[in-house]
Amino acid sequence: MMQITDLVLDIPGRADGRALTLELAAGQVWGVLGPNGVGKTTLLHTLAGLRTPRSGVVCLADQPLARLSRRKVAQRLAVVFQERQDGFPSTVMETVLIGRHPFLSPWQMEGGDDLARARTALERLDLWPLRDRLLSTLSGGERQRVALAMALTQAPEIWLADEPTNHLDLHHQVSVMQMLRAEADAGRTVCLCLHDLNLAARWCDHLLLLYPDGEACWGPASTMLVPYALEKLYGQPLAVANIDGAPVFVPRV
Amino acid sequence: MICARIWILPVRGVNRTIFVFALLVLAALLALLGAVAFGSEPISRQQLIAVFGGGGEPLHRILVLELRAPRALAAFAVGGLLAVAGALMQVLLRNPLADPYVLGLSGGAAVGALGAMFLGLGLLLVPTAAFGGALISALLVFGLAHGTGSWTPTRLLLTGVVVAAGWGALITLMLALSPAERLPGMLYWLMGDLSYARSPWPAVTVLLLACLVLLPAGRTLNVLARGPLQAAALGVAVRPVEWGIYVLASLLTAVAVTTAGSIGFVGLIVPHMLRLVLGNDQRVILPAAALAGGVLLTVADTVARTALAPEQLPVGVITALLGVPTFLFLLHRSRAS
Repeated sequence: MMQITDLVLDIPGRADGRALTLELAAGQVWGVLGPNGVGKTTLLHTLAGLRTPRSGVVCLADQPLARLSRRKVAQRLAVVFQERQDGFPSTVMETVLIGRHPFLSPWQMEGGDDLARARTALERLDLWPLRDRLLSTLSGGERQRVALAMALTQAPEIWLADEPTNHLDLHHQVSVMQMLRAEADAGRTVCLCLHDLNLAARWCDHLLLLYPDGEACWGPASTMLVPYALEKLYGQPLAVANIDGAPVFVPRV
Repeated sequence: MICARIWILPVRGVNRTIFVFALLVLAALLALLGAVAFGSEPISRQQLIAVFGGGGEPLHRILVLELRAPRALAAFAVGGLLAVAGALMQVLLRNPLADPYVLGLSGGAAVGALGAMFLGLGLLLVPTAAFGGALISALLVFGLAHGTGSWTPTRLLLTGVVVAAGWGALITLMLALSPAERLPGMLYWLMGDLSYARSPWPAVTVLLLACLVLLPAGRTLNVLARGPLQAAALGVAVRPVEWGIYVLASLLTAVAVTTAGSIGFVGLIVPHMLRLVLGNDQRVILPAAALAGGVLLTVADTVARTALAPEQLPVGVITALLGVPTFLFLLHRSRAS
């Protein structure tokens, strides 16, 4: 679905890190882990074609991202940003419908099909009762779910989500991760930046670890969730327990 | 089927939008009719119908067809241009306080126009000089903000504000050095004056063309208002669209300033008033701004001509006096609900 070849991120003032060569395939949920400021968001933006890499190529179904128009990219790939700008007041419904923009021609208004998709997405994220509320009146967690609903309305083949569980309470964290897992099970590709090791351990089948010194390693989650590698990643001693068949990591003081 | 698709407006009630548009069209017709009927020589309804039917008294024909109608159309078009340009600048800079003049365009135009008056050039050259000044200012801000290639709304805004301050100093300098007999004309130009409007057709044509270009671009502008990264992720070619808006808004403002001097307030307040009533869908706001801006300036100009006739008041004063209470009322009401 997405092929990454010899990719070196362009992080100003930093030396070239390890070049990344990997494929995000359909049905996979990738988790990108690393300490703050290591370049997780930069990686996500580069994969979305919003930043140019220092070198290397990102391909969307064998076509280099840089050669596709933004519209073509947006028809297949959705980004959930960590930070959002909502300069002008707008309602939840208007915001979620924006996800249909890549599919509508200039003269076209949103039609019944688009409204139905928006409604499904809002219901999936428990937002339907809030559809007429202004974004500015919502809580942080509700706004986070609006951003996810917008991406769901976009019906992408590839999800790139930056900290999708930010501001969410436990119940919604689980429900959002279940939704993303279901997207992958339906044949889509999901790539998430996460700071919560345990969410990654529970829901991701592949992991990419970005180290502060520019090193990186990646592979199936089972081979990546090694205490030694994770302790080195965060510079933090960890204790491991096993709950419901998934490892749970707790920081040791 | 196609009709059904087009007419399902998902935003804040179709009925309300249609109602507001019907109201705006009605207001536009009334404002234009009022502008030709009222004046030093009032013209009754029967006489108006006779004139538009091709008859009527010769005096009335001259008053209506050669003096008042062109001026009313010019006022309407200039109001529409300013309101649309203001709405565009607010989206481009993602700053609700932006207006068509925020980037120094009116300053450039004013330096051109006042320069022509200062040098005693003929009245015909004033609009040309104003248009030249506006374009030079737009290019200057464009070039300086572009700089090393990194470009953000904040950078554009700062460049524009600083360039505008520079023009302001030049304007004050010219006013200080001008002979007393030329001052009133200069001051009137600065506050907006439609008696310079020779022909309404350039402004009307540009307004109609701009509306045609902007209608299909409305949804793209909605996406852009959510920030450049989000817009790019949703398939908008952000940089070309942003420069397109800049060039178009500059052109609209330059034509408006050239036609009627720098009339403040319309470009800031009209889009805001409409957003309070209609929400923030640019597909609705932009055509509504063209109509509402036109109505506001036509009414303001009629009042300016007739309130203290035969004295003419600067129309910019009237737009502010009409607009401020209306705006405050709407703002107050929207907070209450």
